[in-house]
Amino acid sequence: MSLTTDDVNKIAHLARLGVDTQDVDTYAHDLSGILDLVTQMSQLNTEGVAPMAHPMEQGQRLRPDRVTETNMREKFQAIAPQVEAGLYLVPKVIE
Amino acid sequence: MNNKTIAELARGLRAGEFSSVELTQDYLERIRQFSALNAYITVTAEQALAQAEVADKRLAAGTADLLTGIPVAQKDIFCTDGVKTSCGSKMLDNFISPYNATVVEKLNAAGAVMLGKSNMDEFAMGSSNETSFYGSVQNPWNVSCVPGGSSGGSAAAVAAGLTAGATGSDTGGSIRQPAAFCGITGLKPTYGRVSRYGMIAYASSLDQGGPMTRTAEDAAIMLQAMAGFDEKDSTSVNMPVPDYSAGLNQPLSGLKIGLPKEFFGEGLNGEIAAVIETAVNEYRKLGAEVKEVSMPNLKHAIPAYYVIAPAECSANLSRFDGVRFGYRCENPADLADLYTRSRGEAFGKEVKRRILIGTYALSAGYYDAYYLKAQKVRRLITDDFKSALAEVDVLMGPVSPTVAFGLGEKTGDPIQMYLSDIYTIAVNLAGLPAMSIPAGFVDNKPVGLQIIGNYFAEDRLLNVAHRYQMNTDWHKQVPKGFE
Repeated sequence: MSLTTDDVNKIAHLARLGVDTQDVDTYAHDLSGILDLVTQMSQLNTEGVAPMAHPMEQGQRLRPDRVTETNMREKFQAIAPQVEAGLYLVPKVIE
Repeated sequence: MNNKTIAELARGLRAGEFSSVELTQDYLERIRQFSALNAYITVTAEQALAQAEVADKRLAAGTADLLTGIPVAQKDIFCTDGVKTSCGSKMLDNFISPYNATVVEKLNAAGAVMLGKSNMDEFAMGSSNETSFYGSVQNPWNVSCVPGGSSGGSAAAVAAGLTAGATGSDTGGSIRQPAAFCGITGLKPTYGRVSRYGMIAYASSLDQGGPMTRTAEDAAIMLQAMAGFDEKDSTSVNMPVPDYSAGLNQPLSGLKIGLPKEFFGEGLNGEIAAVIETAVNEYRKLGAEVKEVSMPNLKHAIPAYYVIAPAECSANLSRFDGVRFGYRCENPADLADLYTRSRGEAFGKEVKRRILIGTYALSAGYYDAYYLKAQKVRRLITDDFKSALAEVDVLMGPVSPTVAFGLGEKTGDPIQMYLSDIYTIAVNLAGLPAMSIPAGFVDNKPVGLQIIGNYFAEDRLLNVAHRYQMNTDWHKQVPKGFE
């Protein structure tokens, strides 16, 4: 399994992850190697095997739909990069 | 005082031999003295002394827990209210956590004194602690070697006497392998035994927190405080927590030990194999019966892990986007640029590799071939463990195919690094509890014996480890210069 530099750029875009241009070749090489490693599992016949998500087969618990958390907006926003009037600021999205 | 166990320190505090404040000052001084090890990212001296004063009052009032007044280190993956929680990453270098992880809450409630936050591989992705934004950690047994990872800071701190005990987290071996490399005792509990709330997520279906200590007796004391059901963790399992110290001394006569033959194949250093064999013989002397077992699907554990862990990591790490907390790039041109550059500038190479692999494995058209396939392989591996553990009480084998390797030795080849987790990864896929205990030395570097038990059999594992430690002194060895 071999990934091209185009593939790497496409995946990096999907992940919204900046990758330095000079590193793309290395990533293509490393990721191809990792894919070679992981595709070894295709040798194993898994027909009829149910995928496993939780060792105890435990599903998600339900709880009554009521407010249990206290409002800590100011504490949370104190560590935010940029806030104003209780809102998180990002660059303008709509002109 | 620095080479005493938690159990010994607890007795000393009660006998009035020293106070928690004196103990804490002593450890803080030692942390300063050995700062070159780089075991801590943050030292919380002021808070520690304040906690120690409260602990001394509890001790005087007779309301103390076993851990009250005992200095511990928290791996920097656990959120600590008001204290920087970096997870070893530039992304969270400016992150002062606004809340405590459940593990931190529980250890605080027990009266433990937090000395600081220990160094780790970035977002727990690594087997050598070399991916940390804060630099690598030295192994106290040989300072030109790695301490293992990802809980390398915790392991080095316990081994060097820079804390009495520490927390770790284990996704593919991150408690057991550094415990082995640094000659200490590490326990990865059953998945769901210790709350993951506030433990920064890497691969949510594999991550599990646990104790790293000098002895099994100490691991029992720490696990007692850490374990239990937590409403705040949706994968937490609601099972009563037994008294982990109660059964430590039970005799091992009739214990059935299984040796998975796949653990002793090619790739295992011969001298390590000999150390493991000697340890198993010690168990024979203690009355155990030993038989070979087979787990034919074990060889698929690394391939399955390197799909599941990166896939879950790519989803978990999407929360780091430069908007609400953590690193934000300078002067973003637009929202896409803000996301892309904040993430690109703040994540290190190994984290990026895993995000990319995970994103690819989950992308349209590839889900069935990778993630779904890996989850099926995971069940087959788990079934292998279940049938083996139907025949025997515990499985034993090496933790790692080598002893601690040199700093920089494997950083150029990520796949070689991945392959070194061959004996630990399958246990996470199955969600089983496992320990690493010191069992000898090769090239003057510690070797760990891995003991794997059945679901929620932490008490049995601790008993098996403790009886060995009553009859051997590998766990009492202290690296030169750190006496």
